[in-house]
Amino acid sequence: MDALIPPLLNGSAQGALLLLAALGLSLTFGQMGVINMAHGEFLMIGAFTAYLVQQVIDSSDLSIPVALPVAFVVAGLFGLLLEVSIIQWMYRRPLDTLLVTVGVSLILQQAALQIFPSQGVPVEKPGWLDGQLTVLGYDWPLRQVFTILLATVCVAALAAWLKYTSFGRRIRATVHNRDLAETAGISTRTVDRLTFFVGSGLAGVAGVAASLIGGTNSTMGAQYIIPAFLVVAAGGIGQLKGTIIAALGVGVGLSCFAYWTTGSLAQVLAFILVIVFLQVRPQGLFTVRTRSLV
Amino acid sequence: MTTPSSSGDSLVVTDLHVEFSGFVAVGGVSFDAHPGEVRFLIGPNGAGKTTCIDAITGLSAATGSAKLGEQELLGRPVHKIVRLGVGRTFQTASVFNELSVLQNLDIAAGRHRRWTSLLRTRRGVDPSIMQALEETGLVDELATPAGILSHGQKQWLEIAMLLVQDAQVLLLDEPVAGMSHDERTATGELLQRIAAKRIVLVVEHDMDFMRRYATRVTVLHQGKVLSQGTVAEVQADPKVQEVYLGTAGAATTAAMAAVPEEAAAELANLQEEDSHA
Amino acid sequence: MTKLKPHLSLGGIGVFAVLLLAVAPSVLTDHWLSNLGKYCCWAIAAVGIGLAWGRGGMLVMGQGVFFALGAYSMAMHLTLETAGDGVPGFMVLYDPLAPLPAFWEPFRSTAFTLLAIVVLPVVAAGILGYALFKRRVKGAYFAILTQALAVALATLVSSTIRETGGDTGLSDFKYFFGYVLNDPANRTMVYLITAGLLVACLLVVWQLYRSRFGELLVATRDAEERVRFLGYDPANVKLVAFVGAALMASIGGAMFVPIVGIITPAEIGAAASILMIAGVAFGGRASLFGPALGAIAVGWGQSSLGSTWPEGWTYIIGLLFIVVILFLPKGLSSLPARFRAARRGPGEPLAAPAATRQLEGVTS
Repeated sequence: MDALIPPLLNGSAQGALLLLAALGLSLTFGQMGVINMAHGEFLMIGAFTAYLVQQVIDSSDLSIPVALPVAFVVAGLFGLLLEVSIIQWMYRRPLDTLLVTVGVSLILQQAALQIFPSQGVPVEKPGWLDGQLTVLGYDWPLRQVFTILLATVCVAALAAWLKYTSFGRRIRATVHNRDLAETAGISTRTVDRLTFFVGSGLAGVAGVAASLIGGTNSTMGAQYIIPAFLVVAAGGIGQLKGTIIAALGVGVGLSCFAYWTTGSLAQVLAFILVIVFLQVRPQGLFTVRTRSLV
Repeated sequence: MTTPSSSGDSLVVTDLHVEFSGFVAVGGVSFDAHPGEVRFLIGPNGAGKTTCIDAITGLSAATGSAKLGEQELLGRPVHKIVRLGVGRTFQTASVFNELSVLQNLDIAAGRHRRWTSLLRTRRGVDPSIMQALEETGLVDELATPAGILSHGQKQWLEIAMLLVQDAQVLLLDEPVAGMSHDERTATGELLQRIAAKRIVLVVEHDMDFMRRYATRVTVLHQGKVLSQGTVAEVQADPKVQEVYLGTAGAATTAAMAAVPEEAAAELANLQEEDSHA
Repeated sequence: MTKLKPHLSLGGIGVFAVLLLAVAPSVLTDHWLSNLGKYCCWAIAAVGIGLAWGRGGMLVMGQGVFFALGAYSMAMHLTLETAGDGVPGFMVLYDPLAPLPAFWEPFRSTAFTLLAIVVLPVVAAGILGYALFKRRVKGAYFAILTQALAVALATLVSSTIRETGGDTGLSDFKYFFGYVLNDPANRTMVYLITAGLLVACLLVVWQLYRSRFGELLVATRDAEERVRFLGYDPANVKLVAFVGAALMASIGGAMFVPIVGIITPAEIGAAASILMIAGVAFGGRASLFGPALGAIAVGWGQSSLGSTWPEGWTYIIGLLFIVVILFLPKGLSSLPARFRAARRGPGEPLAAPAATRQLEGVTS
């Protein structure tokens, strides 16, 4: 039992971070049917925003709460820019979009490397996250608890937004059937842009959370993009429920494997598990079943 | 290994059910089709016509039974059903646009060849391909990329592909949609010719076309069989008249005609989602 | 487009072969010949990517994995050859008393090594491809899963310092199947083998593209469901192309080791895999020569600009992806056709790529 609690607690925090990173990805992927490989770099932008905000607001107690909305907007604007400048021309070429965004991610990484010190920048943790919470005799760092709370808030906000606002309904309608939504008078262009803004903004929020847990440097985004995608794939496209379960599953799984073996072996094991999982459920945990084959 | 059916077999569909997340698209449809007849499946949009074909060809999961001779088709993967001799076309002509007409047909003919022939280059034109080209009037288009064929020619190419594939059952989904009057006549005559030895089942909206070429007709409505028989019998059926001409029916039929069938299923899905939420 | 002029292409391969095998060795310095050999290794892998991605529509973003299988098989053999009967030097440094890891032992044999270079990628790609294609995993899913595999393998190699040399990789090879690698004549021989293998790979895909299989592969790429309705199992068609691509990547990797003299996880990870894609996209994914020429061009840029102006090089690669994919999706090799079309006048449409996409939409 003792061998189970630390990886479980650790893993759920890791899963929450993955969930934050995957949340926006699942939104933009469900919406556009394509992976934005620069999503990880939007996360990185969020982390660097947290650092920059800290340069303006000295007190780290205050700067992190301020950084969250700022990072959302900054990363969101980057996403909007990407959609308007490149992605909107490529909606009918999903695989090519993936490659173009690989190019964008390379450029953003290199830019970050040149603007900021190559070894990365320190983001001060706020004092109120210093403590620990004792769970079943194990000291759980408050930073991890904070990540879980943040993820919960983001998921709840996103779910409410999708469900109760007219914009959210339009997004869901477009996800389900773009052509039909258009026929029904929904401006899918506006929906696409807003979705991209929100999805990328969520990556920014994830970046702030990531800056509190790991290092803030130019390659941090690249670490998250693949696991985040695996989460989206395993959860099922456009399925919030599936994404949550998959994120926690992958997070806890990675953490347990890493605890029992080594970090790198854990990655390989996680990869094999996802392949095996896709054998059983190629459409992910939850699917919208229609007549057309996905 | 499954053996293709012999040419005398009939297609017998019994109590076919197809559901999409609770939405019943086809609810207990039975009909049969025999070699020598041009069988039509008609009905307003959303009636489940295409879904029936999807079920028979393995594209949609279904319960019930669809037998070709002694062979049960349901539950097999798509390509195995094809190998039993069941071929189909799609609402929107789907040919390989980047390949020439000959290449399209050559691929269709390929499943009868040994796999080693795949590694070789094609030399000459198979007699079966030449025959299909003549049958469909595409001989002059042999080297044309399929992508630049006219809409009607693409539909004929699809039928030619079924012929070289030597399909015993031809399931044609709206083969004359978007065709000119002359093209429709040519297609109708083509169907009558090829139906001599094969089972031809046509999903159609065009009532005029159906009247001219149908041997027997099955009318579907809301996933169920409404009426069955010869053209005259079906036309005389008061239930059919109500669906097509009835006071309430006329307006809805016209309105529904604008919405593709999938969209209707999608709508049902969305509504269902909302009611769950 | 797919209208092949087979004999013209064959002539092109002939010219290419003469340039690589006869002209290059006589005009290039040892340094540049060795560099060209390195580009040829990437080009061999790129020809495979052209087969899988250009013709087969499978975006293979993890070819580094198969490159690694060939490269590390070869590197282990050469390391053991250099070490003689003993344990390789880097292992001794790490732990003087530990024995050779069991999986190294068979690589003492030349035959086993050569066999492994061919069989390992075929088996690995076969299992992976079978699992994914049969379950109809495709598009972005497939691309990301292959890249995830490359990331996972590179991480695994990095962390197993004693078994694989970790981040420093394997290097300091003295012999190549008995030939002293320091000798310029032997180095030229290694180059010629590599260039010859590249020409051979081009010949293989040339025959594949003009065969019925080539047509079937394009058909599967453009309308997988339609192919299914003709009685084929598209999974098998794709599997053949994927395994072929993996085999070529492995061969490229195997020759990379004696030419460059070192193999590290950096050469097999996500970034390296993406760089291989860059060359193929640049040259023209679906054309015969495009992938190889594009890979040679990107390889040249990597070793010249990449070392003198690394920041700029990353931007160039990034921009290359954006510009080429956005404006020239068929790569540089489509330029001549574009010029011809432009001269013919704007009235004549080139083809109907949009129609192809629609077809995909209908049937999938």
